[in-house]
Amino acid sequence: MAINRARKKDDEEPFKIDFKKISFKEFFSCVKGYGVPTVLAPIFIIMEVIFEVLIPMVMQKLIDQGIGNGTTPPNMTIVWTQGAIMLVLAFGALITGALSARFAAVASQGFGKNLRKKLFDAVQSFSFRNVDKFSHGSLITRLTTDVTFIQNTFMMLIRIAFRSPIMFLFSLTMAVSINWKLSLVFLAIAPIMVLGIAIVGSIVFPLFGKMFKKFDNMNSRLQENLRAIRVVKSFVRENHETESFRKTAADIQRAQVRAERVMVYGQPMVQLCMYVCMVCVIWFGGSMVLNGTGMTLGELNTFISYNNQILMSLLMVAITFVNIFMSMQSAARTSEVLSEYPDINDDHADAELQVEDSSITFENVNFGYNGGEDKYVLKNVNLQINAGETIGIIGGTGSSKTTLVQLIPRLYDVSTGSVKVGGRDIRDYKIRTLRDSVAMVLQKNVLFSGTIKENLKWGNDNATDEEIESACKVAQAHDFVMSFPDGYATDLGQGGVNVSGGQKQRLCIARALIKKPKIMILDDSTSAVDTATDARIRRAFREELKGTTVIIIAQRISSISDCDKIIVMDKGVITDIGTHAELYEKSKIYREVCISQQKGVE
Amino acid sequence: MPGPRSGKMEKPKNPLKTFKKIFNYIGAYKWQLLIVIFATIGSVAANLIGTYMLQNALTIIETYDALTATIEETLARLASQVGIIICVYLSGICCTVLSSRLVLNIQTGTLRKFREDMFEKMERLPIRYFDTRTNGEIMARYTTDTDAIREMISNGIPSIINSSLTIIGAFTLMLIFSPLLTLFVIGMLILMLVAVTIVGGKGSKYFIRQQASIANVNGYIEEYISGQKVVQVFCREDQVKEGFAKLNDEHCKTATSAQTFAHILMPIMGNLSYINYVVTAVVGAVLVVNGKMDGVATLIPFLTLSRQFSMPLTQISQQFNGILSALAGAERIFALMEEPPEVDNGYVTLVNAIIDENGNVTESAERTGKWAWKHYHKADDTTTYVELKGAVEFENVVFGYEENKTVLNGVSLYARPGQKIALVGSTGAGKTTITNLINRFYDVPDGKIRYDGININKIKKDDLRRSLAMVLQDTHLFTGTVRENIRYGNLNATDEQIERAAKLANAHDFITLMPDGYDTIINADGSNLSQGQRQLLSIARAAVADPPVLILDEATSSIDTRTEALIEQGMDKLMEGRTVFVIAHRLSIVRNAHAILVMENGQIIERGNHDQLIAQRGKYYQLYNGMFELS
Repeated sequence: MAINRARKKDDEEPFKIDFKKISFKEFFSCVKGYGVPTVLAPIFIIMEVIFEVLIPMVMQKLIDQGIGNGTTPPNMTIVWTQGAIMLVLAFGALITGALSARFAAVASQGFGKNLRKKLFDAVQSFSFRNVDKFSHGSLITRLTTDVTFIQNTFMMLIRIAFRSPIMFLFSLTMAVSINWKLSLVFLAIAPIMVLGIAIVGSIVFPLFGKMFKKFDNMNSRLQENLRAIRVVKSFVRENHETESFRKTAADIQRAQVRAERVMVYGQPMVQLCMYVCMVCVIWFGGSMVLNGTGMTLGELNTFISYNNQILMSLLMVAITFVNIFMSMQSAARTSEVLSEYPDINDDHADAELQVEDSSITFENVNFGYNGGEDKYVLKNVNLQINAGETIGIIGGTGSSKTTLVQLIPRLYDVSTGSVKVGGRDIRDYKIRTLRDSVAMVLQKNVLFSGTIKENLKWGNDNATDEEIESACKVAQAHDFVMSFPDGYATDLGQGGVNVSGGQKQRLCIARALIKKPKIMILDDSTSAVDTATDARIRRAFREELKGTTVIIIAQRISSISDCDKIIVMDKGVITDIGTHAELYEKSKIYREVCISQQKGVE
Repeated sequence: MPGPRSGKMEKPKNPLKTFKKIFNYIGAYKWQLLIVIFATIGSVAANLIGTYMLQNALTIIETYDALTATIEETLARLASQVGIIICVYLSGICCTVLSSRLVLNIQTGTLRKFREDMFEKMERLPIRYFDTRTNGEIMARYTTDTDAIREMISNGIPSIINSSLTIIGAFTLMLIFSPLLTLFVIGMLILMLVAVTIVGGKGSKYFIRQQASIANVNGYIEEYISGQKVVQVFCREDQVKEGFAKLNDEHCKTATSAQTFAHILMPIMGNLSYINYVVTAVVGAVLVVNGKMDGVATLIPFLTLSRQFSMPLTQISQQFNGILSALAGAERIFALMEEPPEVDNGYVTLVNAIIDENGNVTESAERTGKWAWKHYHKADDTTTYVELKGAVEFENVVFGYEENKTVLNGVSLYARPGQKIALVGSTGAGKTTITNLINRFYDVPDGKIRYDGININKIKKDDLRRSLAMVLQDTHLFTGTVRENIRYGNLNATDEQIERAAKLANAHDFITLMPDGYDTIINADGSNLSQGQRQLLSIARAAVADPPVLILDEATSSIDTRTEALIEQGMDKLMEGRTVFVIAHRLSIVRNAHAILVMENGQIIERGNHDQLIAQRGKYYQLYNGMFELS
């Protein structure tokens, strides 16, 4: 088991499971397409078990009646026939065993594939609010570590969970049929063994939980140290850091020893049970044989063979239980994702409705990220933006500028009130229709691995090279793209690592432009672009995007001072609307921002 | 980040050497290790002897003859035999417990040593090491790679030792029983080995493919879940899903093959051992018929032994992949440990000093509040003291992070003690590089940079860095209280000093508003602080260090312009009497600098104070009037 699995921080109680959360129906449906191997794997396992259970019987006959007890020479006919039977059985077991391994691999990998796909698709349907609820990191863990865990358990379920109990039952039946009195030995030992495993388990679980926590601890310390290595070095704190890491490492060792020690002492207990069983069988069985009371030597010998099979399979059953129990937590966490209902959907949409024009209206809009009137971050917003206008929004950190514009493409739904685009409530449009007409360049934007062209085509798959180029020219990206040796075919690498911040922002703008949207929203999208280029972008917007409503959120006054209207926001409220000159007169906040940037009225 | 993903399978390049190095670590426990080996031999022996004894017990029953012995006598013999079996098994169990307990000791202790050494070495590595690798890549040394070694020490090696001993033991016993029959068994054994090699080899091949395909799937998940919001804005859900389905299907295929080979080995080996049994039985029976062998005393125990082969063989082959990836991981760990540490040939140290009215500097054992550089001259065996003032001089510095790619092309500058020097220029112009050099995060050839007139390569790195404080754009706080974070600048700072520093940085007010004031715990990711607040704290941290030279690299970039105006006073107070290097995007905070250096392409193209530069009507003038802005 990999100890350093990526784990969620908020796992206070690592083994506390809420069974109500688990949606078994969802897991069951993941078998789809792999039903046949899922059924065949246990069937072949059962057949393998039958062969395996029969083999000791034949083996015994071969020895007892074939090779004999030394008083008579071996009976070669029996040796040959029983040998042949055993060979057939062994081949049977080999083939069925191999087949069941194959089917189980196909079934469990298929199951894992379906589950992963299901989760991924579910996440794709999530709204911003849904994603915020889980956080990216936790979603990634659920799709990777948790799925692997569940998949392994599924494999176990269709193989071991069938194999062990059936092995146990068959072997026990055989043993009882040979001599029921001697089987009482199992009856005495088995409960002790099960109880022992349960006790060890209950001691070990919380200890392992603690151990995992220590590992989390170490990982976050490491992360911190790596990220802040410049700080560490410039304050000459290397020794200080090493000393405190030593403590962390010692902590881990202690926790690990404490947890695994229990296993070290617990494991031999199982061995002990098996040996005790064996010795009892020999002693009591041996006495029976010698006294001639209802048992032959051959039977005793066979009985011993079953002894091991019975106890081993019992142990496997216990281990399976533990594993299933442990994976329940993963099951609960993935179920949570599957049962999350995407809260922005087309339920009330009119499929035919198209966005007629690019006007935007906010009517008495209140909005909070999580319910509660007192938690509204936008309060009573009324706003009319006419088609084709260019709007600037300015305000301090936390004034809800981003929140306001995110309501337009329905990235979040209003709490009360309504947002209208083209005169219709945005909830009347299909999400696709709405978002195709409203392009938004996010503050935290990303490019994906692939070429520049592939990334730009996100705006429109059918965009021609000319369209792509002209969008890039507007976004002032064409020149630097052409300066790369591969031009538009340049590979960006994951997360767009091969371009600078300003270049990335310009590519993101171009990507949005290729959509040819009716409304274009730029959320602080030119913060890393120099003012001259920024000005050129805005000029190009004015010339090329006539009729498009443009909304610009910016920190720099220069980015918005020439807008048709400027909205000043403070703590979730629109405090003023007007042109630059008007606001400089009447808005204190606006004036202060202007002064702090030392750029008076032109 | 495309760092190496967990479980990435690489063949180790020099397995033997790496194994030796690992062994050096385990070697610290050589006595315990010796006991482990003996205990393992003991437990294997007990298991084999136990099996043999069991057979003996059955023989006692089998050879019971009412004519020669009474039932009671036979029962007594049986009882003593059973007694021996119990003893053998018990001692076996004791051996197992002993060895597993010691292995746990060795394993956790070795790993702890690994982690500690790795961390200590890592802290000594030059910044270049960290700059050229992702954090994820370095983290993997502590997680995936260490984990693989753990698996190898606690499972891989013991199980291989155990399996090999079992095979050797069983083989020896068989040879004793019947050398002739053993020959046949060897034949079967070769067959089994072939099976293991073929199946195991194929399994290995698919295992590597499986690791690669799961890395692709997980990479895709990471990329597109992190960018899920962008996917939504562009309504690309369908295409993204399609892309995922493709990778997912591909992984399903390779993983199915890998898993098939992994699980198919058990039934094959288990049943081959039955086949082996049949063949041996038949051949044995023939031998017995021909009088070459005793059926009861020899053939039956021999048969039992012959079944002991398959399990250990299977186990060895299953451990093989694990050991390979552990060795590959260990190789990467040792590569980190063997990375050359930061070079420091500096011998000029920083000492407490007493300065008399004539300006003579003498060393003091106590803290005086004054510092001096203690400079020993080897040539004439004299020691001179130079007062620490904070004068920094660059003389025609040429520097590049990579060869043939210079970032600084002949930079000369001089900062007098107490001067505020501003560096202005586009990204990539070389501003941050200058601060990297003052700090000796990167080294330049001798004599090019001088601190208080001393070649900085002669100054002990730790002392040099102690005399400088940096406030960076990325703030990097540590998990802990606000107080602890500020104290990071000076571990001996009193609570009053901390508070004073916080007030200076204008952080005191918001700190007192936090739930526990200075004792509020902040997370490393700083989710409970705004970026601006984090920057204020890191300014306070630098203030408490109280160094003569301060470097502010975009230290206020995340503080909005209004707040920045508010803290400007505090900043001015902080900068008073210190040599300060300010790197800033915004021109507002560089205006009152003594000298503004405008950089472009690794060169200083303009220098002078604000008024001079405005009068000059050059680049700075353009910048200032927004005719051009920095990228």
